[in-house]
Amino acid sequence: MSQWIEVCSVDAIDEEDVMRFDHKGQTFAIYHSPDDKFYATDGLCTHEKVHLADGLVMDNIIECPKHNGRFDYRSGVAKGAPVCVNLKTYPVKVEADKVLIDTGA
Amino acid sequence: MSKAGMVIVGGGKAGARAAIAFRENGWEGPVTLISDEALLPYDRPPLSKAAITDDAEPEAVLLLDKDMIFSLKLTYIANAAATSVDREKQIVELSDGQHVPYQKLLLALGAEPRRLSLAGAERALMLRNHGDALKIRLAFVPGKTVAIIGGGFIGLELAASAAKRGCKVTVIEAQPRILMRGVPESIAIQVHDRHASFGTALVTSTAIDSITANEVVLSNGRRILAEIIVAGIGASPRIALAQQAGLLIDNGIACSAGMQTSDPDIYAAGDCCSFPHSVFGNARVRLEAWRSASDQAVVAVENMLGGSATCMAVPWFWSDQHDLTLQIAGLPHLGTATVNRPGKDGAFILCHLNADGRLVGASGIGQGNAIARDVRLLEMLIGKGAKPDHALLADGNAQLKALLKA
Repeated sequence: MSQWIEVCSVDAIDEEDVMRFDHKGQTFAIYHSPDDKFYATDGLCTHEKVHLADGLVMDNIIECPKHNGRFDYRSGVAKGAPVCVNLKTYPVKVEADKVLIDTGA
Repeated sequence: MSKAGMVIVGGGKAGARAAIAFRENGWEGPVTLISDEALLPYDRPPLSKAAITDDAEPEAVLLLDKDMIFSLKLTYIANAAATSVDREKQIVELSDGQHVPYQKLLLALGAEPRRLSLAGAERALMLRNHGDALKIRLAFVPGKTVAIIGGGFIGLELAASAAKRGCKVTVIEAQPRILMRGVPESIAIQVHDRHASFGTALVTSTAIDSITANEVVLSNGRRILAEIIVAGIGASPRIALAQQAGLLIDNGIACSAGMQTSDPDIYAAGDCCSFPHSVFGNARVRLEAWRSASDQAVVAVENMLGGSATCMAVPWFWSDQHDLTLQIAGLPHLGTATVNRPGKDGAFILCHLNADGRLVGASGIGQGNAIARDVRLLEMLIGKGAKPDHALLADGNAQLKALLKA
């Protein structure tokens, strides 16, 4: 079931950057890509549960701040050691300059 | 005797990473990984931290589990130390009597904690493996007096863990301050104060005379009550096997920039070896660091399969103590000038530049991962040989990413 939640305004996250978003005990990472699109994934790295929003966005890759595990934040796909488990992704839409994510619950 | 393939000695980070890398690089022949430990290859960073402080008895965090070993078609030999290498016949002899033939051999032997040599030293626990961590965990009973000998990274992480377990902790360091080799003084002061704020006593500039049944006796005559003693006074590269094999040694097993030893069929990676680092004018470095072990292993494997890679990854290291994280990138000791880059909530990064204005190191401290992103960007700038503007570095609001793309 869809459950759209407002995260922030579109200018709250620079392009090629990431922001942490907590909602109902869950933590998400919201990305603004270099080509001006928004994406959302689980907020914690699948390796050792570190907040990805403290990490570095380079192009379409988010790199975990602790051990440099890398994911493509558009698909959640893990890009090799030390991470091997993909990140869960969430649908995102922009309406009236607001970023919304579908947490599905 | 099995067909000679790729053989890795050492089940730590470098060894495990190498095993995966052989398959990533398309090698389909045999890969044998030999470990002198009973467990499957596991990660060591948690041993000084979560393995000791977690409420539940810790399980080793595996780098390679059974499923991975199966799907990667690895042969894993546990509980066996490599006792000698016959370079002529290309055979590794193991402590259990096995002879393992190799086509190419990777030595990923790690380092060994230095031992105290003074009266009563046998009472000091040391941390190298999972079993050691379990022993230390059991010893850190709330209310016990604990003396940590050595104010380096391992000693201080253990001190933080002991304090968290509710022990009464004293850290004893022979040098004038903690982390003398590890970080600049302004960072060490923050670390010192944080430990003190958790009730840990820190004694510096003081050597130890002896250890008695319940005390540490300092050279100045002072006696420190310590039911439990842990020594963390540095580590030495494990070179005995390489020495036996007649390989060149230079602060560890001497390697080329491609991680090849003085025998073209033998490579090394991780804490056990040194190599010339091309990013730093080919200065010979030996790195005791998790990510560097992995970086070196990947380069070694590529070259074992006929490649010509060079280990150019910038050294990077972290330490977690209480709520603080330290991160160090590059080789700060090569710097002659320092620029302070302030962050939020008291976090800061010292950027180290050499006489030519090149960024050669970054040392940061902050709560949680406050400094992680900027240290990572500085690490990339170090790798590029950047000569960043001092004023820009010193402006905590200036985006380092822009420098990288410049």
